[in-house]
Amino acid sequence: MNIHEYQAKQIFAKYGIPTPKGLMAESVKQAVINAEELGGPIWVVKAQIHAGGRGLGGGVKLAKSIDEVKKFSEEILGMTLVTHQTGPEGKLVQKLYIEEGADIKDELYLGIVLDRAREMPVIMASTEGGMAIEDVAHDTPEKIIKVAVDPAIGFQGFHGRELVFGLGITDKAEQGKFIKLAAALYKLYLENDAEMIEINPLVKTGSGDFIALDGKMGFDDSALGRHPEIESMRDISEEDADEREASQYGLSYVSLDGEIGCMVNGAGLAMGTMDTINYMGGTPANFLDVGGSANAETVAKGFEIILKNPKVKAIFVNIFGGIVRCDRIANGILEATKLVDVHVPVIVRLDGTNAPEAAEILRNANIANVTSATDLADGAAKAVAAAKQA
Amino acid sequence: MSILVNKDTKVIVQGFTGKEGSFHAEQCLAYGTKIVGGVTPNKGGTEHLGKPVFNTVKEAVASTGATVSMIFVPPAFVADAVMEAADAGIELAVIITEGAPVRDMQAAKAYATKHSMKTIGPNCPGIITAEECKIGIMPGVIFKKGNIGLISKSGTLTYEGANQVVKQGFGISTAVGIGGDPIIGLSYKDLLPMFEADPETHAIVMIGEIGGDLEIQAAAFIKEHITKPVVAFIAGQTAPKGKRMGHAGAIVSGGAGTAAEKMAALEAAGVKVVVSPADIGKAVAEVLSR
Repeated sequence: MNIHEYQAKQIFAKYGIPTPKGLMAESVKQAVINAEELGGPIWVVKAQIHAGGRGLGGGVKLAKSIDEVKKFSEEILGMTLVTHQTGPEGKLVQKLYIEEGADIKDELYLGIVLDRAREMPVIMASTEGGMAIEDVAHDTPEKIIKVAVDPAIGFQGFHGRELVFGLGITDKAEQGKFIKLAAALYKLYLENDAEMIEINPLVKTGSGDFIALDGKMGFDDSALGRHPEIESMRDISEEDADEREASQYGLSYVSLDGEIGCMVNGAGLAMGTMDTINYMGGTPANFLDVGGSANAETVAKGFEIILKNPKVKAIFVNIFGGIVRCDRIANGILEATKLVDVHVPVIVRLDGTNAPEAAEILRNANIANVTSATDLADGAAKAVAAAKQA
Repeated sequence: MSILVNKDTKVIVQGFTGKEGSFHAEQCLAYGTKIVGGVTPNKGGTEHLGKPVFNTVKEAVASTGATVSMIFVPPAFVADAVMEAADAGIELAVIITEGAPVRDMQAAKAYATKHSMKTIGPNCPGIITAEECKIGIMPGVIFKKGNIGLISKSGTLTYEGANQVVKQGFGISTAVGIGGDPIIGLSYKDLLPMFEADPETHAIVMIGEIGGDLEIQAAAFIKEHITKPVVAFIAGQTAPKGKRMGHAGAIVSGGAGTAAEKMAALEAAGVKVVVSPADIGKAVAEVLSR
């Protein structure tokens, strides 16, 4: 789960990580009130969406008067912001953050993620703040300092020293401030089961203080149960409505650009099915994992969500029945076709336990637009052909 | 021969009397797995599925001599269960539970490693040595005995792969579902040398997916140390960047962990890489006829 910048900054404040003063607004009127309360003389009007690259997309503006705060707020609030992380459809801006301006001398980068290879959190810092860290990693990897911290020992002095000397911070007072900030960030990461925290940029002011000018945070979904205060920060308007609806029924769904809807049990096989459709010259319309216990209700819901996408010209149901018997799934599919109006060709491949019985059930039901397939390759080929004919 | 588990392996079940634990323990017993007991706190001294129930793993190990534990406890208790198993001297813990917090698994795995306990999973189908010992939730009937070792992050792709191998007239020695979480136990590079050393295994199928770099590590290892033929499939060639595809670890983040880079690394290591999982069986037949 991701949260907004203004929420991340509330959490930073709790851990003593300095941020500029700011207030969230959901209307232009509130934005102006916030600006007056902050006092000025300069303000930053920032779109609050769950995606990076807001500045380049026109979602962050520097205002030098209250009139400008009003003008920029009117422009940004309600706009559909397109950045390299939103996809071409962009994201509707429903919240603004009005923040006091900062005295920027240097821009740094500071973040924490899980290092999957070392199996511990790794703190990443760079002098190249304000740029996409992926680009820095690609173009000048030597400019990223990585310090892995074993949770068994926690954040130690040497971790801090590796960071400040790596960044070339020589002033002792500045070193102390930076190390304190990095230690706080590590504590925040661990205590809240964060998945990723990014401060980009972390600015050094003229007086040698470090301030988090931006904040991005994501949390481990599996751990949200023990962090109700984090979960309460969820903004469902930022999440894909179909993905969210699917998850309420235990389905895992991701929409894609193509024409062939996929309904599969298991995440790996679901990806493998998309890959096979692509390999055979078709285009997958979605990833959909119906989970281990596919039944009539989940299959019906799956059809419903897939068919919301008007581009879908055929559906490929690919189930490898293990513990769940295929004959049961076949009956589930028949029931589902009664619950939902499935108006495109459906190709069904059921393999595994009781597969012959399942094929028999589908054959006897003889539904006009349901075709059986013998295996994955056969099913994918039939789905691709059906989509091309439509 | 096989790897890790066989017909003599003594297994206990943590979370034995729960709904999932009961159902799958019964299936494993029916397959022939030597389940010698289980652990459910406050149910010690009772019997379940005809096997003794213990309050602690230590008691279970002392009384039964079990060396492997199959873990079905709810996600919030997984780390505790894994550490208890390690502390009690269990040699291999197979963690089936899905949805354990990453931070918990980090701590649990570090502790397990310290106690020389191997782990498989979490969020995986488990391990099966065909026609001898099934520790997990896979449909045993697919896994006919044979000479192909299988390692997979995905449950249903394990079944798909095994099924194709069998349909081509071959069989499985041992299949291991390693799970697709960000932190997992045994991975490709741990299991590959075991299959290399197993005389019953003649070829290895490895099934990976987007996210992380375990497949890249595996490629480097194969190049240096594996002489048996390897067939690989990487799921998620068509997955969009930055989107989590079902498994917690299946995400291309910051442009890293793509299927393309993994496939290229494996190919460079001499692995027969297939573009569709539908070709796994045929590829196995091909590498064995070389």
